[in-house]
Amino acid sequence: MVTEQEIWTLLEQVTDPEVPVLTIIDLGVVRQVEIHDNSCKITITPTYSGCPAMQVIEEDIKATLKDVIPVEVVQTLSPAWTTDWISENGRKKLREYGIAPPENEVDKSVLFAEPPVIACPKCTSKNTRMVSQFGSTACKAQYQCNDCLEPFDYFKCLK
Amino acid sequence: MKELFEYTLRMADDSLILGHRVSEWCGHGPILEEDIALTNIALDLVGQATNLLEYAAVTEGSGRSADDLAFLRFDRDFRNLLLVEQKNGDFAVTLTRQFFFDAFRKPFFEALAQSKDEQLAAIAEKSLKETKYHLKHSSEWMIRLGDGTEESHARVQQAVNDLARFTEELFYMDEVDQKLISEGIAVDLNTIKPIWKAHVDEVFAEANLEMPEIKWPQKGGRQGMHSEHLGYLLAEMQFMQRAYPGMEW
Repeated sequence: MVTEQEIWTLLEQVTDPEVPVLTIIDLGVVRQVEIHDNSCKITITPTYSGCPAMQVIEEDIKATLKDVIPVEVVQTLSPAWTTDWISENGRKKLREYGIAPPENEVDKSVLFAEPPVIACPKCTSKNTRMVSQFGSTACKAQYQCNDCLEPFDYFKCLK
Repeated sequence: MKELFEYTLRMADDSLILGHRVSEWCGHGPILEEDIALTNIALDLVGQATNLLEYAAVTEGSGRSADDLAFLRFDRDFRNLLLVEQKNGDFAVTLTRQFFFDAFRKPFFEALAQSKDEQLAAIAEKSLKETKYHLKHSSEWMIRLGDGTEESHARVQQAVNDLARFTEELFYMDEVDQKLISEGIAVDLNTIKPIWKAHVDEVFAEANLEMPEIKWPQKGGRQGMHSEHLGYLLAEMQFMQRAYPGMEW
């Protein structure tokens, strides 16, 4: 009989389809694993309301646990996902992949506030600028490094 | 419960119709960054609509799914605000429409997050985080355009003049709202209006824009009485399910 801990370990094989360097555990979208009798219920939460990855993640979870245990995947919206749930390991992987991990951000109600200072994931310079607060996916903003000129994604803070 | 279904549907339709409208910019943005920004905002709105329509389907309890509600209703059955179905026009019109709506949606979701209805509160809590980014984006553009060149100022002031008449409907309430307010579920929009107005005034002051006097406020969306634009929007949005009923990816 498989244990909850073993299921958590197996879920570390499931990656985010949009940021494949992160597992769904790194990302913090798996909220709960419960084993009842001979089946398992896994609760996941979307990063953004319209996150198109949720369906793929659900299918990948089922495929990963196919020969292990019958699995039901449910989605929950509350408490709402926050970038604080990205693990330290996940932040490290993001940086190595060329995506700057989320920083604590200033109050978003302030218009034209200075965008957060984000270090370039290539050359680590903090002399960077925000190009757009919306990026290649819902969870990212676009930045460029003024020193090495590398354009890069910033995984924006969501709280 | 009938009122809860109606209330949820109104919110869902606002998100869905505006989301579809904004998605029409995909591939047409004035610059690449804005093309991406607008499609991201559209995605958030359609995502919110999905959550709301799924809940509406549950509260209705008649077996209709979220997809049925989105793709198989006729224009008279849609409950969205007239504001959100207005055509995109130029970039200034799109951003003005978005600004009026975002300035409403942020305080609205803040209040709805305290609802006694757990699912609506959860959807509001989730959506609020996205809406904060939308409001910042649209507010900054109002200032950039309003306080920009002669041309950009003229265009955005014209957009404000044209769309202002749809803003009173944001605060429309009827017996559906009254019943749910008494149960601690719905938001009393009288409490949202001053917050909306304060934000609009603040941004307009900085943008050198003026809110015109609204002589003929337009409403009717909550009863399914729409402008001529909604039918064309639905024709495109619903085409696939109408042409190939039950079709799936």
